[in-house]
Amino acid sequence: MKNMHVNAVVVGAGAGGGVVAKELSTAGLSVVLFERGDWVSFEDHDNDELLSQRTTVLGNAFGPDDDRYRRVLVSEDGSTGIVYPSDGAYSNVAACVGSGTVSYGAMAWRYMAEDFRMKSTYGPVGGSTLEDWPVSYDDLEHCYEKAEWEIGVAGDSSLNPFAAPRKKPYPMPPFSYNREASMLESAMKRMGLHPFPIPMLRNSVPYAGRPACARRRTCCGFACPVNAKCGTHNTVIPAALSTGNCELRTRCVVGGLIIDASGRITGVEYFDGDNTKQEQTADIIVVAASATETPRLLLNSTSKHFPSGVGNRYDWVGRNLQGHAYTGAFGLFEEDIFDDVGPGATLAVSDFSHHNPGIVGGGILANEFTRLPYLFSNIRPPGSPMWGEEHKEFQRKYFRRNIQVVGPIQEMPFFDSRVQVDPSVRDSWGIPVVRLSGRRHPKDAEGCEFLSGKAEMILKEAGASRTWRHVPGSGLSGGQHQAGTCRMGDDPHTSVTDRFGRVHDTPNVFVSDASLHVTNGGFNPALTIMALGYRVGEYIAGEWQKGNRFK
Amino acid sequence: MDSGSRISRRDFMKLATLGAGSLSLIAGCAPKHPPGRRVLSDDDAGLLGAIADRIIPPDEWPGGRENGVVSFIDRQLDGPYRRFRGDYRRGLDAMTGTCLEKHRKRFESLSAEKQTRLLGEMESGGLRDGGWKEGFSKRFFEMVRSHAMQAYYGSPRHGGNPDYASYRMMGIDYPPILGQNRYRF
Repeated sequence: MKNMHVNAVVVGAGAGGGVVAKELSTAGLSVVLFERGDWVSFEDHDNDELLSQRTTVLGNAFGPDDDRYRRVLVSEDGSTGIVYPSDGAYSNVAACVGSGTVSYGAMAWRYMAEDFRMKSTYGPVGGSTLEDWPVSYDDLEHCYEKAEWEIGVAGDSSLNPFAAPRKKPYPMPPFSYNREASMLESAMKRMGLHPFPIPMLRNSVPYAGRPACARRRTCCGFACPVNAKCGTHNTVIPAALSTGNCELRTRCVVGGLIIDASGRITGVEYFDGDNTKQEQTADIIVVAASATETPRLLLNSTSKHFPSGVGNRYDWVGRNLQGHAYTGAFGLFEEDIFDDVGPGATLAVSDFSHHNPGIVGGGILANEFTRLPYLFSNIRPPGSPMWGEEHKEFQRKYFRRNIQVVGPIQEMPFFDSRVQVDPSVRDSWGIPVVRLSGRRHPKDAEGCEFLSGKAEMILKEAGASRTWRHVPGSGLSGGQHQAGTCRMGDDPHTSVTDRFGRVHDTPNVFVSDASLHVTNGGFNPALTIMALGYRVGEYIAGEWQKGNRFK
Repeated sequence: MDSGSRISRRDFMKLATLGAGSLSLIAGCAPKHPPGRRVLSDDDAGLLGAIADRIIPPDEWPGGRENGVVSFIDRQLDGPYRRFRGDYRRGLDAMTGTCLEKHRKRFESLSAEKQTRLLGEMESGGLRDGGWKEGFSKRFFEMVRSHAMQAYYGSPRHGGNPDYASYRMMGIDYPPILGQNRYRF
């Protein structure tokens, strides 16, 4: 039986798609929201370190699975190999209702004004496609506010002198520091820095009908047992469904856009939960499938009007894949610090986010989420044995006596870091898979050197008896913070969408996820993805109510 | 349930000492698995247990063998680590071959010092003869090392770390007791 035509299809029920579905359905549009995964909860995967979204050695707790999904990775030496979702190099994003917002660490950062004007602030960077966003912080401010109030954020920005200006405070008070954060706070203040509690998409007090956080050690990488973590799965998606205008179709894999003889995009083709191929037509298509799967879907949608994929006339779809260069330092102490107050990360400084001499951008520094026992078994000072008696002794002596300070360096977009579709490898539905290739821009290493040095100084000031830094390699970035592959811009020759996320050359196809990010800030990106969801959703709904049918 | 599986693992070890001849790791050759084991033969289990005790040696807390490294690996080789079956077969055979050639003994019968030295050579990629071509010794060692750590420090549901022994060793309450331990320094 043919599916009934709807006003809008949204592909992907994550941070971006969930918000768009809610905005459109509350405005009266009929919506089908597609999700390749299913509803998940703490009951499906509880506190099992080896099968979580943080340590994926036995698989991704919240998908996708290794049986049906795969990608091709082109290494720096040019060799290619198959990678699976549980491999780090796959650059996985969770496949479930809410996607990463179910299991994320839930940091709720607003980017700063400079993050939207990187080229104007720092000038061009050789070899990088560094550019300003076509929207400013001020354009997004009310969208951030909506995300903070509708999805729920706990924090106090008055303690961060570098925070971008805001009209309304956070809806919930900040979380208290755990013991390691209290130690770091004193040290940072002695150094003249400005520590403050990390804003979190997590209930510090009962909010929106859900309880306050129980502060478990298994938070980042895990579902919340008491439903205190705020994602799209327990806020905007239920709100969308309660309108009666939105149908959520889980276990549905969208393989391509349907393009008619005139070149108009009329819907999507998908495989349902029984692997039966179906079609869903719509007036508007919003692709919110992640910075790797969104370009894959556009590139896999070809016709005589779009010979190299929808939106790809100038070869920008899939370009500029970036994530964050995570860098920092570890410190060992000679007294017990670990108080088992989750999720670990509670305090940050934004002193190094911008205007550091010689550095383009920068990043926040924060204490890290709780390192569970297996993850900790791989954390050792350089040159230490990774097995044997000494390794075992370190494990029990220092688990309660270490602090990690870490942050995301804003990466320089690199045109040749990219998502393509592989010419021969297919997934279990027969859809050509993502092919990843590229590397980091050399400038990122300078940022890491800078920021990890600051992290080490903080740990020393806090009394660490031994410290060491960690910096990432020069290989391709991406990961859970993946971004940049369908850049927004005013010039169709050097971008994929306009300033409202509409794909150039199409009247009715939109993107609403981190693919839109021109640059990715020196912050975790979730709240910005949500804010863009509000921007895209608001624009479509507003135009629709004015009578625009996006023909 | 955990104490039950400990007893049966001791039985496996007893069987391992009684069993004669090498049995196949790969299904299809009618392997003689003790009840409860899925993939590893008695010889394989004996050898892996000896390796596990060097990677995480017993002291006042259990070593890798006692804390379920073998049962974890056996179970994962019939699950997500099915793709590593070939590497395990090749690596375990190469280790036995190297030990018989160098010492006329199986790895399990060597002194702890000799076992540690051999594993150190594997870790540094120093073994190149026999089954150790193309840097395989380093890759194999790292695989077994990381699987042993997963078994020892991971959730008991995967076959290792009965009763969260490693959590108790590290002073981590399980299950977490909110409000009880957070201010204990």
